[in-house]
Amino acid sequence: MEDAHGTVEAVARASYGRLLAYLSSETRDVAGAEDALSDALVAALTSWPRDGVPRQPESWLLTAARHRLIDQARRRRVRDDHEGTLQRLADESAATEAERGAFPDRRAELLFVCAHPAIEPGLHTPLMLQIVLGVDAARIAQAFLVPPATMGQRLVRAKRKIREAGIPFEVPQERELPERLDAVLEAIYAAYDLGRDEAAGIDARAQGLGDEAVWLARVIRERLPEEPEARGLLALMLFCEARRAARRTSDGRFVPLSEQDPAAWSSPAIREAEAELGAAARMGRVGRFQLEAAIQSVHVDRAQTGRTDWEAIAGFYEHLVRLAPTLGARVAQAAALAEARGTGAGLAVLDTIDRAAVSTYQPFWAVRAHLLRQAGEADGAAEAYDRAIGLTEDPATRRFLLERRG
Amino acid sequence: MKYIMLICETAQNFESRKTAGPDPYIAAWRAYHKALVAAGAYVGGAPLKDVATATTVRLKDGRRHVQDGPFAEAKEQLGGFIIVDVPSLDAALEWAARCPAAATGAVEVRPVDVGYHDTYDEP
Repeated sequence: MEDAHGTVEAVARASYGRLLAYLSSETRDVAGAEDALSDALVAALTSWPRDGVPRQPESWLLTAARHRLIDQARRRRVRDDHEGTLQRLADESAATEAERGAFPDRRAELLFVCAHPAIEPGLHTPLMLQIVLGVDAARIAQAFLVPPATMGQRLVRAKRKIREAGIPFEVPQERELPERLDAVLEAIYAAYDLGRDEAAGIDARAQGLGDEAVWLARVIRERLPEEPEARGLLALMLFCEARRAARRTSDGRFVPLSEQDPAAWSSPAIREAEAELGAAARMGRVGRFQLEAAIQSVHVDRAQTGRTDWEAIAGFYEHLVRLAPTLGARVAQAAALAEARGTGAGLAVLDTIDRAAVSTYQPFWAVRAHLLRQAGEADGAAEAYDRAIGLTEDPATRRFLLERRG
Repeated sequence: MKYIMLICETAQNFESRKTAGPDPYIAAWRAYHKALVAAGAYVGGAPLKDVATATTVRLKDGRRHVQDGPFAEAKEQLGGFIIVDVPSLDAALEWAARCPAAATGAVEVRPVDVGYHDTYDEP
């Protein structure tokens, strides 16, 4: 009995996204597919302990969910013409195929739906987390710092739009692919960034979402192995994941990258990341995520060489700023240049950044404080530390900065 | 849009204010206030003395009921308020999350009811 419950949970965790992607791609009705799948999971919780776990648990769930979808479509028929949907669902050949457990993986298609230009960009990541990974709205709301009810409503509206606007469940054609893939990768990276506390001052309110985001990156890389940026993103995330354990002391204190012990980094994750980055580089199409992964690759080289090649890192950042001049890239470039050529070079880059743009951007002030302190400008440093501390949300990071400020 | 942040603090937070030497909670508040002002979000606000100094007044049947203490007993107590002027609720919530009291107590964020203000401002 306990076993059957465990199996339901395990299947739900491993296959939720695949099942939902397959079900919703048939109807384009994500919310309907979610309801049907959750009904099927509830049914499994009663039936599996009683009758035993079926030989193909996923197929069992798929068939049960499909029946719920047929019921839904029948009920709607009085209002609407859902004849087509009903026919697709009732299609015997598809059903038999699913029965054999050979249903296709449509998670990549679903990711392209979530990051479709017709969907508000701010919702791309929340949709992916909920639809493809089954993360509940309350947890997503927490990560995005909005009330759960508000996040719930936004997600419901977006799913309605997917259905009513007829957003296609497909991987875009070659002509559109680069731009559309960019949106998907951006949204996956945003999910990862939520759970990250790498640089000083990134908050920890969504720890644990990192794992989920790595899953999403794997889905898209497996489907589009010839796209170097998909591999670049996976490499970048794996490099960061490899250092996760080294980022906090046992009592929760924040440890900056330069003070981390390379022995605490995960070698298997680094090896996988290097392999992905190498494969991407051989395709000869440089992009943002490959550059960021390359920077991380230089950082982890310290495990072998005992030193960090800051000149190489500064070079990659320069390329990155040319490609995508984001605030984050420019601030990081300044930090790298300071290491490579002295604090003056770093401060000079910071001085080119518009002050109005960074009035609420914590990393700018954290880096500026650090560089001014190194340059011996105590007053300026204290001022910048105050700005950084005041913009910090994570208590561990705040404590770290307060100690540095002195 | 203007929002008020009602800052609920723990007994320990209130104690920090009495500390003579440097205190990380107070240092964090000083920095937070600076960041609010520098970002142009700060409209006004004030810290309050601890809850033992509170007196609550109610008028019942034309008679004053003056009571020692706050109007509601709770584990966390109102320790101050800040009014911010920011583009959206999301921006206000970002500031609330950065508030040093958010990690120990709580910060309630509410939009200021501008329309209502107009109705009693100009009779």
